[in-house]
Amino acid sequence: MHEKSRLTNADVTPRAAYQNRRKFLRNAGLAAAASLAGREFWELASPSSHAIAGTKLNGVSKSPFSTTEKQNSYDDVTHYNNYYEFGIDKTEPAKNAQSLKTYPWTVSIEGEVKRPRQITIDEILKLAPLEERIYRHRCVEAWSIVVPWIGYSFSVLAKLVEPTEQAKYVAFESFYDRRQMPQATHAGIDFPYVEGLRLDEAMNPLTLLCVGMYGETLPNQDGAPVRMVIPWKYGFKSAKSLVRIRFQNEQPPTTWNRLASDEYGFYANVNPTVDHPRWSQAKERRLGEFFKRETLLFNGYSDQVASLYTGMDLKKYY
Amino acid sequence: MRKLLIGRWTKAGIFLACLLPLASLLWRGLDNGLTANPIEFVTHATGDWTLRFILFTLCVTPFRRLLDLPELIRFRRMFGLFAFFYGCLHFSTYIWLDKFFDLKEVWKDIAKRPYITVGFLAFVLLIPLAITSTAAWIRRLGGRSWQLLHRAIYISAVAGVIHYYWLVKSAVLRPLAYGATVVALLLWRLAAKFRSQPDAERGNPAKPQPQNSQA
Repeated sequence: MHEKSRLTNADVTPRAAYQNRRKFLRNAGLAAAASLAGREFWELASPSSHAIAGTKLNGVSKSPFSTTEKQNSYDDVTHYNNYYEFGIDKTEPAKNAQSLKTYPWTVSIEGEVKRPRQITIDEILKLAPLEERIYRHRCVEAWSIVVPWIGYSFSVLAKLVEPTEQAKYVAFESFYDRRQMPQATHAGIDFPYVEGLRLDEAMNPLTLLCVGMYGETLPNQDGAPVRMVIPWKYGFKSAKSLVRIRFQNEQPPTTWNRLASDEYGFYANVNPTVDHPRWSQAKERRLGEFFKRETLLFNGYSDQVASLYTGMDLKKYY
Repeated sequence: MRKLLIGRWTKAGIFLACLLPLASLLWRGLDNGLTANPIEFVTHATGDWTLRFILFTLCVTPFRRLLDLPELIRFRRMFGLFAFFYGCLHFSTYIWLDKFFDLKEVWKDIAKRPYITVGFLAFVLLIPLAITSTAAWIRRLGGRSWQLLHRAIYISAVAGVIHYYWLVKSAVLRPLAYGATVVALLLWRLAAKFRSQPDAERGNPAKPQPQNSQA
């Protein structure tokens, strides 16, 4: 679906514009007709456009990585979202993201891999046994939640496409379509949203390719149909609604880092001793709690991830 | 229109209307409508309304002149005091629910975080204005010095906008809209000053005193 909209908006028209005007006009007319027909067909083929969100996921096993801390309510996690494509207020995505078409969905895996491929959401759902991972999730804005995500380690997908020797980083690109996301214009950040990890971070078993939460597929406002969850980093690292995963040799330019590199580092590891230039990161407000709690280094996942950063100055590489 | 403005019940009605933002917060509190992060919601809402009431206050003089409705002055002090009222709520939310009265921590914040520094400045400047808002204080200070003192609200407005601007992550549209309004209101004053100098009314600030002090 998004492929088509991309072609219509960003690709076909400019390319056609180089050609002579008459041909351009004809093409534009054809494209519009085709797009319209495609839409009609799509509406017929899938009567409920977001049927995929909120579908029960079966055969989900428990994970030793899960915390026993009290989970936040489904209502909290689905009505307090940072998803700037659907509006800048926390309550907006719950309303605005319902228009997002999440099926059919294809993710393109490309770059420094031996087997680049397109993978559909159906294939992603069946690639490995689904696990429930109850993770702490810490936002750079100093609030946190505990969420029972569902998915499997991202490394499963990476191994499928076999990264080459050249692959040192992975870039994650989120879906973007201005027509489905009219609020994005006022967000003040560039889209599509891009995040990235070092390859070894991406291959860490904690790094989750996430397709669901609370026993169901992901709601649109939480990044349906497939997103990343990197629990030891600030939430903005965990890109939502993935359409492209690119293995590459250089560190990818990432959205918030490009906007304000002094405020949002590429690493963005949760660290109570490295403040955001404008506010403290020493404490956080767990949603639903009255008092603030101390923020933990690597969001409490030091045992699993501290070794990734041995010898690194975390104040410099924040 | 004039009759309506000086009507007995108009002022009471506007007073109640100024309480609506607070009523809405209380209602949301009872109705589970403060989002998953109620403290943040209340902090932002009270901050927004502080800034809005500062703007309402600054609107009074230009609107009086432009619409030729001098009676509007009846509401200026009320708007100013409501700005202070919502500012107090905003500041208490911060002191209490964000810092839990850890005054050392608060002081560190004010000194270290520029957006807190300017926000604090904006709030502190409102305190003497609220105190000296009575007729007795206008008499005690004399019209000219009273008016000079109350120009501090210009600084408060600018500081309030900067406070907001420095707080947001990327969506600067809203703070910029507040900023544009403040700039427009201040430019109007500057232009008015140049246009009609020496204006008898403005040249002698003691003159509107009886109007200022009524009600």
